[in-house]
Amino acid sequence: MNSFFPRRYVIQGIFIAIALVLLLRLFYIQVIDKSYFLSAKDNVLRRIPIFPARGLILDRTGKVLVQNEPVYDLMVIPNEVKPFDTLEFCGLIGINKEDFDKKFKKAIKYSRYTSSIFEKQLSALTYAAFQEKLYEYPGFYVVNRSVRYYPDSIAAQFLGYIGEVSERDIEKSVGFYRKGDYIGKTGVEKSYEELLRGQRGVQQLMVDAFNRPKGHFADGRYDTIAVSGERLISSLDKDLQKFGEQLMVNKIGSIVAIEPSSGEILTFVSSPSYNPNLMVGRQRGKNYTALNTDPLKPMFIRPIQAEYPPGSIFKVINALLGQQFGSIKADTRFFCGGGYYYGGSRPMKCTHVHGSSDLPRSIQVSCNTYYGNVYAAMIDRSGMRSVNGFKRWREGVAKFGIGSRLDIDLPHERKGLLPTDSLYTKRYRNDKWRSGYNISLSIGQGELGITPLQMANVAATVANRGFFYKPHLVKAIGEKKYIKPEYTKKNYVGVDAKYFEPVIQGMSMVVNQFPGTATYSAIYNIEICGKTGTVQNPHGDDHSVFFAFAPRNNPKIAIAVVVENGGHGSTWAAPIASLLIEKYLTDSTKRDKYYVDRILKGNLLPRPKVAPKPVAPKKPDSSSNKQKQQPAVTANKKR
Amino acid sequence: MINQRSLFFNIDWIIIFIYITLCVIGWFNIHAAVYDPQNPSIVDLDTNYGKQLLFIVTALILGAVILLLDNKFFNAFSPIFYGVTLILLVVVLFVGRNVGGNQAWIPIGSFRLQPSEFAKFSSCLLLAKYLSSTNLKLQDFQTLIVCTLILVIPMALIMLQPDTGSALTFTSLVFVLYREGLSGYTLVIGALFIALFVLTLLFNTWAVTGILVAIAAVLIASNKKNRSFITTIAIGTAISVVFIFCVDFAYDSILQSHQRNRIDVILGKINDPRGEGYNLNQSKIAIGSGGLWGKGYLQGTQTKYDFVPEQSTDFIFCTVGEEWGFAGSFVVVTLYVTLLIRIINLAERQRSSFTRIYGYGVASILFFHFFVNIGMTIGLVPVIGIPLPFISYGGSSLISFTILLFIFLKLDSNRMGVI
Ligand SMILES: [Zn+2]
Repeated sequence: MNSFFPRRYVIQGIFIAIALVLLLRLFYIQVIDKSYFLSAKDNVLRRIPIFPARGLILDRTGKVLVQNEPVYDLMVIPNEVKPFDTLEFCGLIGINKEDFDKKFKKAIKYSRYTSSIFEKQLSALTYAAFQEKLYEYPGFYVVNRSVRYYPDSIAAQFLGYIGEVSERDIEKSVGFYRKGDYIGKTGVEKSYEELLRGQRGVQQLMVDAFNRPKGHFADGRYDTIAVSGERLISSLDKDLQKFGEQLMVNKIGSIVAIEPSSGEILTFVSSPSYNPNLMVGRQRGKNYTALNTDPLKPMFIRPIQAEYPPGSIFKVINALLGQQFGSIKADTRFFCGGGYYYGGSRPMKCTHVHGSSDLPRSIQVSCNTYYGNVYAAMIDRSGMRSVNGFKRWREGVAKFGIGSRLDIDLPHERKGLLPTDSLYTKRYRNDKWRSGYNISLSIGQGELGITPLQMANVAATVANRGFFYKPHLVKAIGEKKYIKPEYTKKNYVGVDAKYFEPVIQGMSMVVNQFPGTATYSAIYNIEICGKTGTVQNPHGDDHSVFFAFAPRNNPKIAIAVVVENGGHGSTWAAPIASLLIEKYLTDSTKRDKYYVDRILKGNLLPRPKVAPKPVAPKKPDSSSNKQKQQPAVTANKKR
Repeated sequence: MINQRSLFFNIDWIIIFIYITLCVIGWFNIHAAVYDPQNPSIVDLDTNYGKQLLFIVTALILGAVILLLDNKFFNAFSPIFYGVTLILLVVVLFVGRNVGGNQAWIPIGSFRLQPSEFAKFSSCLLLAKYLSSTNLKLQDFQTLIVCTLILVIPMALIMLQPDTGSALTFTSLVFVLYREGLSGYTLVIGALFIALFVLTLLFNTWAVTGILVAIAAVLIASNKKNRSFITTIAIGTAISVVFIFCVDFAYDSILQSHQRNRIDVILGKINDPRGEGYNLNQSKIAIGSGGLWGKGYLQGTQTKYDFVPEQSTDFIFCTVGEEWGFAGSFVVVTLYVTLLIRIINLAERQRSSFTRIYGYGVASILFFHFFVNIGMTIGLVPVIGIPLPFISYGGSSLISFTILLFIFLKLDSNRMGVI
């Protein structure tokens, strides 16, 4: 003990004071300041999205149309990148130094601390070489993804393509999509997006200070697994589709084939087409631009977006409605002297002098005069005012699915054009107009716009003798082969079955009996029932149109073919349809080689340098021709 | 036999209890810090926690041996300990293994001897022996010089390694000198100089000087009549100004850049969580993320996954903070404070001034380590690489702290005797 004894309290006081300072500070950073807790999480947790495999798309027989191929997205967290050999790195992933700088700047701009895509879709080969060196590049890692692969490179417009989500997609999805995700942009990929995409999973991985994975956070309690997308069985017949596309090479136009007993679309050709694999991979942007600026518009989905006046195939509808309304009977005869006189001095011309025809023969030879009379009977001699007769007629036509969307399971379908009575009332300034004022409707021209899909659907309706199923592209969904109920519902068109027989008789004669307009397309053992159409085109050669179904009894296929600038319906459209029918029904082509070769080699693409051919002024319906709003592809009719 | 029993009854069991508790806490946290979920064996002599177990056992045996030694031994042999330590400190400069930039270790087989650790208790012992000799007064200039030399020689040798952290430990012995009669102003002036030091680094040298001179002027003006007061203020100001410029010079020219950076990070002059501040930042994240109750034993992610450097040695407190939260931190801090207070209390009950002075030395050194180590993990003190007594991984430090403490326990157990 000495005189400095009280100093022990000073010293002990200092010890306690310092300890309190430490405790206060500890209390602050451990209990009060929560930011350290979050930083710790950032340090350790990596949310790794697990991308589900997108659903496969099969054809109707189970053959693969679209499959997945693994690719590897190279990700980067700029802040974790340490200096490395840039040149070697660039060489490994196949980019140059400027690209590297650009991409790296972009990544920094996005975020220094979170990952973003540095290079998209490395192929398996590139990845294999790169993977071994990956450890030399801290801050970079690879995420496994799958992209679409189309083994046969067919049905591009049907299948559509996927692409990175847009800002709008992200907003609309309320949190489902994130930047860099893929989404169906067109075609089946788009319309069935929600089924195909599956469900993304998330792994919460823990990493150490060197970003090495250290297992799942909380033993994976917060992980979710990815659920693969549903498998779609499409209605398409792969072989038929392929053959159809081959036949349409170097031609502009469409083929739509439907199974009448189900509404399933067997073939969906839009020509010119493109290789759907172009819309995948690192060159996608470039390819997209090229396709988008191609004057032949390969991205245009002609079967549902191109509208044509139907031409003579429309006579089938008028023949059916005429009977249903009681305006004509199957044996009603009209005399053709080379044209139909509907007032004034100029007739609606016929291609031949057909003399007297009954209904089947009128279809077989495609007599305009006959249908002028049928139309007049429906509109003017119906026991009501013409305008009301027209309304009834229009209603009847509309039931066939014309002038409205068929609601096919593809985006961007157009509804076509079916005029209303008010159009003419407005045009003629009162409603006292008669059939002569729009007589061209009798032969499928004038203010009509019909898509190839609608044409094929009419063929299916005739094949079914009075009803159709909604045409659709997807037969069944997923393992359970779910079918949407709307696709099993019959849509009646309001024409009794008995009225179809004489029309079908006529359509059979078109193909199978001289002087039918498409006898060149007859097949020895299959009774095809069809109708040609030749759609006049003010911009060039006429469009060749044909629709048909076969066989006559218990039909298996209904088809519509449009070949732009193909001339007469019997020249290109009918043989193509006939070949496809044969292929579908017999699984073979027994026609002579020259028959097939002529079509395969035929080139009907417009030659831009050649001056357009002068078109002979045929104006059987001049009054309406002048003023009408022409549909996208103008036409006139021949037979 | 009587001696034996009295030894048993005379030992301070509170200190023993705290000591063992801290060792156990240390061992569990070292285990957690290096724990690998893929390889969760608990005793494996190749791992840090396996080795630490050996160190603890060795330390306990050593402690027992110390308790059995004769009481006079330490007093008598303290100059020899001191001399041997100095020799080792010189030797290490030549044969030392360079680890982390420091010539700190002498390899002896698989064991690595760290003389700077042993310098702590040998200096304490010598200081105690010298100051306890009769007829000495710390107010005497000569006494002060001798005391300073006893401390500065090992300090300087350790500085040469260079191991600044360990060297600074010796400054804590100013508490001993204070207790033994060094003017109270020493502490105040010391604190003032630390404040000046910080201010100089934080702000412009000239600004600090200006403010200082202004304050001096005001003080002088307010008390014009007191001559001696004016003189004191004037001399004080002059010394301060010189000190400011010395600090400025030392900071720019003597300190190595990483030391400069560590100071800057603490002072908040640079904010670089990925560069120099990385260790500190990660350390704070680890401790801060522990919350009130901690993440649980072996559940810490920051320390286990190497975000925190040196997580089983200097930054072991991060594991405590992360896995045991504020509750655990509180327990550890409380244990230390209890230990320190207890040592002082025991020191003051001694009849022998040698024991008392030595006790104060033990408390000072433990206090310095405790404060600086925990302080640096939470950003109160610059990052100085010194261990947390009894908890940090490492044989040299555990054994030297054990020797330090158990010599005191031995001396205390014999408090009734007179040397
Ligand atoms: Zn005719």
